Amino acid sequence: MRHILIVGATSAIAEATARRFAQEGDRLYLVARNPERLAAVASDLETRGATQVETMVLDANDTTKHSELITQAETTMGGLDTILVAHGTLSDQKACESSFDETLKELQTNCLSLISLLTHVANRFEEQKHGTIVVISSVAGDRGRQSNYVYGTAKAAVSTFLQGLRNRLYRSGVTVITIKPGFVDTPMTASFRKGKLWVSPEKISEGISRAIQRKSDVVYLPWFWKFIMVVIRLIPENFFKKMKL
Amino acid sequence: MKGYASWGRYPKAIPAMVYGPHWADELFPKDAHFLLPYGNGRSYGDSCLNDSGALLDMRGLDRFLSFDHSTGILRCEAGVLLADILALVVPMGWFLPVTPGTRFVTVGGAIANDVHGKNHHRTGTFGQHVQRLALRRSDQGVVLCSVTENADLFHATIAGLGLTGAILWAEIQLRPIANAAMDTETIRFSNLDAFFDLSGESDRDYEYTVAWIDCLAQGKFLGRGLFMRGNHATPQEKLPAPPGKTRGFPVDMPFPLVNVWSLRAFNSLYYRKQFAKMRRTITHYEPFFYPLDGVLHWNRLYGRRGFLQYQCVVPPESAKESIRALLEIIATARSGSFLAVLKVFGNRFSPGLLSFPRPGATLALDFPNQGQHTLDLLDQLDTIVASAGGAVYPAKDARMSGEHFRQYFPRWEEFQRYIDPRFSSSFWRRVTRT
Ligand SMILES: Cc1cc2nc3c(=O)[nH]c(=O)nc-3n(C[C@H](O)[C@H](O)[C@H](O)COP(=O)(O)OP(=O)(O)OC[C@H]3O[C@@H](n4cnc5c(N)ncnc54)[C@H](O)[C@@H]3O)c2cc1C
Ligand SMILES: NC(=O)c1ccc[n+]([C@@H]2O[C@H](COP(=O)([O-])OP(=O)(O)OC[C@H]3O[C@@H](n4cnc5c(N)ncnc54)[C@H](OP(=O)(O)O)[C@@H]3O)[C@@H](O)[C@H]2O)c1
Repeated sequence: MRHILIVGATSAIAEATARRFAQEGDRLYLVARNPERLAAVASDLETRGATQVETMVLDANDTTKHSELITQAETTMGGLDTILVAHGTLSDQKACESSFDETLKELQTNCLSLISLLTHVANRFEEQKHGTIVVISSVAGDRGRQSNYVYGTAKAAVSTFLQGLRNRLYRSGVTVITIKPGFVDTPMTASFRKGKLWVSPEKISEGISRAIQRKSDVVYLPWFWKFIMVVIRLIPENFFKKMKL
Repeated sequence: MKGYASWGRYPKAIPAMVYGPHWADELFPKDAHFLLPYGNGRSYGDSCLNDSGALLDMRGLDRFLSFDHSTGILRCEAGVLLADILALVVPMGWFLPVTPGTRFVTVGGAIANDVHGKNHHRTGTFGQHVQRLALRRSDQGVVLCSVTENADLFHATIAGLGLTGAILWAEIQLRPIANAAMDTETIRFSNLDAFFDLSGESDRDYEYTVAWIDCLAQGKFLGRGLFMRGNHATPQEKLPAPPGKTRGFPVDMPFPLVNVWSLRAFNSLYYRKQFAKMRRTITHYEPFFYPLDGVLHWNRLYGRRGFLQYQCVVPPESAKESIRALLEIIATARSGSFLAVLKVFGNRFSPGLLSFPRPGATLALDFPNQGQHTLDLLDQLDTIVASAGGAVYPAKDARMSGEHFRQYFPRWEEFQRYIDPRFSSSFWRRVTRT
């Protein structure tokens, strides 16, 4: 039985993944900022078989509470061995272009809040010499594009941070997993027209479960995004800059 | 993008907008379109369609809210599938109180059509086991309904065809079982009289009864078929294994695979499937309740033009004569399906203003869509049903006339008062405006 902290527990991808944890009878500590929605997710996971479900209402940007959060999760569950970080916002690129405050807010939510959480968790896991850190980054961090480079910047920073963390924690037996989904049909992308490349959050959750089992490093979900991103990264910059992406 | 068709894939309808709420606290979209909840699209005709209007895809509301293992009371959001409920509760010794012939329907859809199963003679309809529900309306916000709170709206919402608002969650009383097995008997019978005899003698001792009819048989074999009856099994030493993974029917057939030759072959084979007159087996509940769920998207078998399903009920006094008359027309037309299902409903009252089940015999079958020919044939069937004082099931209908609908469901005017002012459906416009 695992003791899992989930930050951004009302995210569709996190919820689908948490159902898999619940079915395995894990203990769960859920964090989200909307109390009614958090309560609905918690009752669902309890009914589906989680051994214990605890919740905390918290805005992930409230970084002063992060240390306390991790202590709370650890004590109420009697241990902490896995953290899934899933919260995020799909930045309004146009708004960010006309306002640095807006950009800062997006970087805060999609990057700095995660770095704060991970700093605390990394130290705990390093000390206890085991643990699994799973973070949902994005393929959007693999290359900057005019349509969403603020979001992409945040995700790129998160991916790079995780890379360093993985390297540092390897010797302590801590697993660090970077999840890079492609297009996922969730409330975040409700307004997008959906084509053939889109998948359900359940599909992504299957990949996340597998990555945890296999102690993977960086996982593109679904798998074909790995190849799409190789191609996209290979395009020379002087050509790329002329493309409408 | 997901398609929003009905199971019969006829008629075609294109929604102007589709919204996918994920949370019970989400308000309705503000645009001017008429709204209609969409469950899992297992209705055959146009009751889950809203041509040029907006659909609320309710599948995102798929959370279990509570389950009391000792009383069997389950509260869940309306987009939860009956299949998900079974997966959760069967291992704990509980079962659905009522289930239709597919487990891929949502709780909201099951309530909105007040669905029935093979145990209607014992337990009535799905709506009778709903203890409470929460409805979101455009004019009143969230309304809790039960037989004691907002009882009128409760009775309008059961079999309310999705028109009284969006059901957010419901509380359902499940029934206990010893295990996942069914103790079943299949009996071959050679005509309609034999069916009614079998049904009469079985309904007392068997919770589930239904028959498959070879609807191409004529003359003294008219109405021959296989009678299936069963009960949840008592504790067993060895339990039957659940069937393997379901297979999807991958593509649309360019032409229908169902024609009079394939039908004749299938029906005769099915009838002769068992050589002995009676066979008793202990089976897993899945093949017993959901023989068609083994092939996902079997509706594609009928090709792109789709098909029409017809289900009617005729009153007990003249049931035998009416069913005989219906079967004669179907057998002569030679275009019925391999899926003719016949069952005698019990006398339990149905709670909804527009509930379809009522005392009498109910017959259901598919017809490949052959245009006007098919529509004319179904009109002919309607004439018999209407003159017998019966009714046609809206969940399976794509074509009944407004006049017939209003005769079949005399409380429709009373029902109209409870319709959410922002809700409408292709079905409702068709049967109230023509
Ligand atoms: C193979 C097969 C066998 C079947 N056997 C039976 C049977 O034995 N007995 C029987 O009674 N029926 C049977 N049916 C019909 C089926 O059970 C009903 O049509 C059922 O209502 C479909 O549910 P759905 O979730 O797919 O809803 P949909 O078909 O998508 O919608 C059905 C209705 O429910 C409304 N609705 C959906 N969700 C909500 C909500 N959250 N709030 C308010 N309204 C809502 C819709 O507006 C619509 O009016 C069968 C269907 C198939 C395909
Ligand atoms: N969907 C995709 O195509 C896609 C692709 C690649 C990566 N991702 C990433 O996947 C992760 C999950 O997203 P999703 O697709 O599942 O979308 P989602 O369902 O919209 O989930 C996003 C969640 O983040 C929460 N959140 C946002 N800001 C927060 C804050 N400051 N504090 C606490 N919670 C906050 C939201 O909570 P509220 O309900 O309170 O707003 C919401 O539950 C995100 O990191 C996203 O960037 C998604």
